[in-house]
Amino acid sequence: MSDLLQTTINTLALGGLYALIALGYTLVYGILRFINFAHSDVVAWGGWIAFTVASALGFLTGGGGVLAMMVVLLITMALCAALGVTIERLAYRPLRKAPRLNVLITAIGVSLFLQNVGLLDRLFGTRPTTIVPVLPNTVLVELGSVPIRIYDVLTIFLAVGLVFALERLVYRTKMGRAMRAVSFDERIAALMGVNVNVVVSVTFAIGSALAAAGGILFALRNDLRLTADSTWVLLGLKAFVAAVVGGIGNVRGAAAGALLIAFVEVFVHFWITKLFAGTEWVGQLQDVYVFVILIVVLLWKPSGLFGKSTVEKV
Amino acid sequence: MDLRGWLRSKMVLLVLGLLAFACGKKEDGSGPIKIGHFASMTGAQATFGISTDRAIQLAIKERNAKGGVKGRMIEVKTIDDAGKQSEAATAVTRLINDYGAVAILGEVASSLSLAGGPIAQKSKIPMISPSSTNPDVTSIGDYVSRVCFLDDFQGWVVAKFAFENLKAKKAAILYDQAQAYSSALGKFFEQSWKEMGGEITVKAAYTGGNLEISSQLQQLAGSESDVIFLPGYYSDAATIIRKAREQGIKAVFIGGDGWDSEELHKIAGNALDGNYFANHYSPLEDRPEVKNFVEKYRAEYKAEPDGLAALGYDAALLLFDAMDRAKSLAGPDLRDAINSTKNFTGVTGTFSIDAKRNAKKSAVIIEIKDGKQRIAARVEKK
Repeated sequence: MSDLLQTTINTLALGGLYALIALGYTLVYGILRFINFAHSDVVAWGGWIAFTVASALGFLTGGGGVLAMMVVLLITMALCAALGVTIERLAYRPLRKAPRLNVLITAIGVSLFLQNVGLLDRLFGTRPTTIVPVLPNTVLVELGSVPIRIYDVLTIFLAVGLVFALERLVYRTKMGRAMRAVSFDERIAALMGVNVNVVVSVTFAIGSALAAAGGILFALRNDLRLTADSTWVLLGLKAFVAAVVGGIGNVRGAAAGALLIAFVEVFVHFWITKLFAGTEWVGQLQDVYVFVILIVVLLWKPSGLFGKSTVEKV
Repeated sequence: MDLRGWLRSKMVLLVLGLLAFACGKKEDGSGPIKIGHFASMTGAQATFGISTDRAIQLAIKERNAKGGVKGRMIEVKTIDDAGKQSEAATAVTRLINDYGAVAILGEVASSLSLAGGPIAQKSKIPMISPSSTNPDVTSIGDYVSRVCFLDDFQGWVVAKFAFENLKAKKAAILYDQAQAYSSALGKFFEQSWKEMGGEITVKAAYTGGNLEISSQLQQLAGSESDVIFLPGYYSDAATIIRKAREQGIKAVFIGGDGWDSEELHKIAGNALDGNYFANHYSPLEDRPEVKNFVEKYRAEYKAEPDGLAALGYDAALLLFDAMDRAKSLAGPDLRDAINSTKNFTGVTGTFSIDAKRNAKKSAVIIEIKDGKQRIAARVEKK
């Protein structure tokens, strides 16, 4: 029973983390129809910027608590939004009319640029580190014998809150209507008086701010890895798989896909290894299960779980 | 001969000359003796490379102050492999072909020695690994040797300590399936543990760098183990121990020499208290060689030398010793000198290079208490 509760909480927390990152992929794809490979590096930069901000404000030595965490979170999200907008302005906008393959390759270039610039000693350097002192992972409440910890609660609340805020933005505001119009047909939207450049900038700002939140939460849970570490690439890849499984271009789909991926990675992995205890390789295939789900879902629904109705697209 | 023909012949000569220059950096008995070092100076195991490199530089500086080897100065070039297998192979190739190294020192991580070793073997350039403990490393060939103990010994040491000193009966294993070092050390521990009569509760795997392992930790939490053997590298081990303590896992963690880094303490903080790991030496030992080395290293770098530094120092000293004895610095002569090393006394103990080019050594078990290291036990070589 306590195992069931624990795996459920772990699944929800990891799902929330993936959802935050997957939304960035799905938003950009929805509007511009290209996969932003540099997104996982914005996530990594989010973690490191948070570390830099926290140490500049003295939260890493004196401790901080939830308030300090929120300050760090907001500053980092703002900085990452600016980073995302700058990337789009400098690297992607000049290629708006070029074949999509060019933009895709540029995105890979931006990704490598961010990874390696991050390694410079003047920036983030080449040693893993931790930002845990800002907000130690304390127990909030105990359900039965299962302790509920602050990181899990924070991740779940942030993810749910931000997904709802995004839904509102896309379907209830003027900017959201403009975004959907650009997604539907860029040229006609422009003819109708929508400023496409502003819409695209806003999209990148939102996606990158969400990535920053994901980066901070990941860094809190797992400490900071180097910007050029495969950890971030794998994290981005899984979030991308979540976006594809959910139906890329769809906000709710990204959230659902993220939950499904986390469910397989945590819930299914735990119970399957328990069932086959003693068979070592069953537990070793954790990442394989995630990608098997991708294949199965795509065979069954080629455009993802929520990918069918184009009206729903951002 | 017209001008063009003259130019052409000169061009041919120039190209040939450049080619000769590019490949001609071979050992010729003059100038400084060139040693190549490949190491992870950046990346997730950066402190491994940095510590080893510092110690090698220190050893060379001291030796050059005494007049070098065979009347010639020694020079080292270090190439960073960033902890990646593909880079390690390239680094060894560059050290041998471009730099013209007569011997190679490196790597720390076994997977990286396994990637670089075959190139040294093929080029007939001796390679001494300071601290790769996986048994397969020296079976690459007769040009590859090492100055540290092996993982079958290390696994046994850890098992013996946990069984006899900690009186543990149930052990779980959590290993990094992407590292040759970690998965083999896990197996050796399991083998020794079962022979001693202990029980293995859970054996779980993770992939280094990917630490979303709540499922694995939950399995460990439910296993009611007395000890958890965690044969990973420090950057992963630190995070895993911190997360395990947060999940309420109370079992004692024990690790191998891959834990040895100041960064372990920085990341894991007080979650490290009460855990143990096996190592090649401790700066706290009171043998004269250790005291001497620790003093010099501290004076030079204002830092505490870890096990990787001590082994890097020993590897360099053993190489100088072999160079003194070798007929020439050509690959086969140097290889024979290294492989016939007997009763060499270094910082990490007195040892010989055996027929399989390995070293039989003692180990220490380090306990971490209040953020500080303490020698908990010393296990002699068997």
